[in-house]
Amino acid sequence: MPPRGRRRVVVTGLGVVASCGIGRDAFFAGLSGPAAAGPQRVEAFDPSAWFDVKEARQTDRFAQFSIACAQLALDDAGELGADPQRAGVIFGTGIGGLTTLQEQIVLMAGKGARRVSPRLVPMMMGNAGAAAISIRFGWRGPCETVVTACASATHAIGNAFRLVGDGRCDAVLTGGAEAAISAAGGLDPIGIAAFANMTALSTSGRSRPFDRRRDGFVIAEGGGALVLEELGHARSRAAHIYAEVLGAASTADAFHITAPDPSGEGASACMALALADAGIAPDEVAHINAHGTSTPLNDLAEAEAIERLFGQPGPPVTAIKGVTGHSLGAAGALEAVASVLSVERGLMPPTAGLEEQDPAIHLDVVTGAARPFVPGAVLSNSFGFGGHNGCLLFGPVTP
Amino acid sequence: MSDDATFEKFKQCAVDVLQVPEDRVVPEASFTDDLNADSLDLVEFVMALEEAFAITVDETELDGVETVGQAYELVVSKL
Repeated sequence: MPPRGRRRVVVTGLGVVASCGIGRDAFFAGLSGPAAAGPQRVEAFDPSAWFDVKEARQTDRFAQFSIACAQLALDDAGELGADPQRAGVIFGTGIGGLTTLQEQIVLMAGKGARRVSPRLVPMMMGNAGAAAISIRFGWRGPCETVVTACASATHAIGNAFRLVGDGRCDAVLTGGAEAAISAAGGLDPIGIAAFANMTALSTSGRSRPFDRRRDGFVIAEGGGALVLEELGHARSRAAHIYAEVLGAASTADAFHITAPDPSGEGASACMALALADAGIAPDEVAHINAHGTSTPLNDLAEAEAIERLFGQPGPPVTAIKGVTGHSLGAAGALEAVASVLSVERGLMPPTAGLEEQDPAIHLDVVTGAARPFVPGAVLSNSFGFGGHNGCLLFGPVTP
Repeated sequence: MSDDATFEKFKQCAVDVLQVPEDRVVPEASFTDDLNADSLDLVEFVMALEEAFAITVDETELDGVETVGQAYELVVSKL
């Protein structure tokens, strides 16, 4: 049982801007598509659908994604009728407006300090996405940004869940966005150069989570948003309810700035805390949407953490990064949306790119085609550089 | 450069930076009320003018400049 007194929180709106699809249905269908090869840009994203020329120029691409997926989620949720003072925005990003920063540094090198845009700071700051959402929709409750690298969006959603559960808000727009792979100032994207030099990126350019030949992640951009709403509020307006947020947790490895703790202790503690938060046992988890980046270290550490808590093989696991690539601060939001849709549709998306499972990994990984299941609790994991661990639990809403 | 050509160039900067229709860039137009420009837009507009006319405008010179006509006079005074 969840903690006494906590209000129940449900998901009533979903919005996605991803390389495999814009909008929840295109995105979920796209998750059964081919494995990611090379940087995953959202080629179909047209800023003019969301912004006039001046707004587009004054909004970094990551904040454009933030607003676009938030708008999609709000449209999906229907007329919320929430008191603006009790409507919050908790959004994540890993890096913020890196492209704008690169462009302005090149400009300063060429033309001097007097030509640096007065918009640089408001465009690049990590909270630009959350601020833009609250400004556009007039939501006046808490408006904050979570920055925990690749766990940003997962932590944002967890914090949003608390705000609704604790009674501070009736609705929160949450999720995350990232866009750190665009060229600027006549130079290639510095974000890709930096991740490549960390040797985090796949040298083969192929995303293949849990495969024995995995050699790094495929970098991506995108955004995902969820409308979280108090159950009674959602029911009173006859909203479509996708799933209930059952629990959330956050821990730190306290180990290394980029490498995960190989023992997976911090990660498995986080999963255990999420289960405790929801008041459910490990054998009640029907499916795990893994962090599954396709890096040698992450996938092994995550598999060991899952095996420690759930046994072997444990519940079926999927890693949508096989298709989406790794969208850093947006990844947790894309995976939360996938998890919520898995609950709603009784379908676990496959792990693209996985051809030959690493013999050291004993998980039941979903491959090939989406696998049907009787909807139950779905755990979504995110682990970020810095040792940040985040877990969310979603499940079918019960009477 | 003729006065007309100078104003055309000035107007083009306003159209590009502020994204307003040409016919609204008239001397009596207020940047804030008529051209929907905030303080950062004005800084960007001044930068564009500095580039276009090869002039330098000190921040203090912008005190009291609220309309298109006032800004244009400031530019002309520097040519």
